[in-house]
Amino acid sequence: MSFRLHWRKFLSAFMLTMTGVCALISVSVLFFILGYLVYHGGTSISWNFFTKLPAPVGETGGGMANAIVGSGKLLLLATLFGVPIGFFGAIYLAEFSGGTTAFVVRYAADLLNGVPSIVIGIFAYSLAVLPFKHFSTLAGGFALGLMMIPITLRSTEEFLRSVPKALREAAMALGASKWKTITSVIVPAAYRGILTAILLAFARVAGETAPLLFTAFGNRFWSNGWNQPTASLPAMIYTYAIAPYDDWHRQAWAAGLVLLGLILIINIVARAILSRGIAVPRA
Amino acid sequence: MHATVRPAVSVKIPPVATSAVNREPASALSMRMTISKVNFFYGAKQTLFDVNLGIATNKVTSLIGPSGCGKSTLLRTLNRMHETVRGARLEGEILLDGQNILVQDVTAHRRRVGMVFQRPNPFPKSIFDNVAYGLKINGSKTPIAEAVEKSLRHSALWDEVKDHLHKSAYELSGGQQQRLCIARALAVEPEVLLLDEPCSALDPISTAKIEELLVQLKDICTIAIVTHNMQQAARVSDFTAFLLTGQLIEFSPTPQLFTTPGDPRTEAYITGRFG
Repeated sequence: MSFRLHWRKFLSAFMLTMTGVCALISVSVLFFILGYLVYHGGTSISWNFFTKLPAPVGETGGGMANAIVGSGKLLLLATLFGVPIGFFGAIYLAEFSGGTTAFVVRYAADLLNGVPSIVIGIFAYSLAVLPFKHFSTLAGGFALGLMMIPITLRSTEEFLRSVPKALREAAMALGASKWKTITSVIVPAAYRGILTAILLAFARVAGETAPLLFTAFGNRFWSNGWNQPTASLPAMIYTYAIAPYDDWHRQAWAAGLVLLGLILIINIVARAILSRGIAVPRA
Repeated sequence: MHATVRPAVSVKIPPVATSAVNREPASALSMRMTISKVNFFYGAKQTLFDVNLGIATNKVTSLIGPSGCGKSTLLRTLNRMHETVRGARLEGEILLDGQNILVQDVTAHRRRVGMVFQRPNPFPKSIFDNVAYGLKINGSKTPIAEAVEKSLRHSALWDEVKDHLHKSAYELSGGQQQRLCIARALAVEPEVLLLDEPCSALDPISTAKIEELLVQLKDICTIAIVTHNMQQAARVSDFTAFLLTGQLIEFSPTPQLFTTPGDPRTEAYITGRFG
């Protein structure tokens, strides 16, 4: 064999190996994080973590029950605020608006999606914290809800648009009004996609820390009602991880594991929803 | 058929006659729908020119003509589906039982004039829910299960699906899906059923079943069908309208149109000299 052929074979083998290694690295990062979390978090997690309040500084033990409940409340508020706006906005975009309006709204949503979460936090701070002069669960939910709007809007719109025109015509030809067509045919045909989109938006904001730092703030005790600062898992991870106590580090790992577990479960549920039921064939 | 490439023979299409040949014995028949002086525009482009046509009660009327002649457009105006297209404009008058459909409530009108499309388009629901859809959205008082059975019997699908009404409509074959769409349209008991090339996506056996069905359905409703297939028009329809470039060229009882066409352009088309 000539030198040239040897060289080409070598180059081919080399590049193939390189691409394979890069693919392996991208996958292994996830497994590395997962493994690290399970290792550290798994050894630190206990029943107390889910049921007890944080222990006073200096004492060991305690848990993050208030942060788990706090995260739940924040996410509930965010969903109640962000999902309806994103969902109905998407219906307007996909079914009613003209080309120019749709373009402008879509573009604005994409920009909003790209706004750094800390900036969203400042915005929520100036709008929902400063006027009331205290941090609150409401302000935190508002900040997370803002982040859910563009994600819900864009993906819901995509799924609504993918419903074949033939189905709309079939419903209209039977005497269904436009609104009836949307509620009885288009949304049911796209609901699995929409639900998946909402779950993914939920999972995305579940781990957000920056917008919560100066809206929901944090709390070492139970937060009553919606008007007080509240603890949340991501903020607790931040506080505990940079603290100088080994016990707090362990708790931060445990919180990370719980949060990641929650997000993984949501992702898996979303995929499961997407893959069952009557699928609409693409026209 | 229509898609075969023909050698570039210069087909002489005779000059436009001043008025269309119209040999329909209007006096002896009652007309369910009457189309008069209909002009249709997509934006600036006119696609129908002064069309006058009657759809006879409890008969099958077919619309034939080459691609782009406006036959589908004409059919879609009959239940105002053209209004779903941006920039579409209709001039003229269309009557259903003597009343101008263009000033009626559009959803109420579409319940009276049902439509079946080129490709079967069942909803992603069960067979039962597909047929029941029209009844449910209209808040019909009739017992739904009975109405569904009746419609499925009318569309000759009942025996094939009665044991799995709650299966997805997509599990049916293409021909069954199209008959399901017919059943779905029939469930709201329309006075007129419009079919837009209902067999163009189907195999010959399914096509034969649907043709047989149309002839039976005449008893319960008035039918207008657009077809690319001249043999189909000859087999199923009582009257045939031939359109060319947006104009109604000839409207005659089907046997007459196919045996003794009144316009040389009709003869040229049905003998396969163009289209």
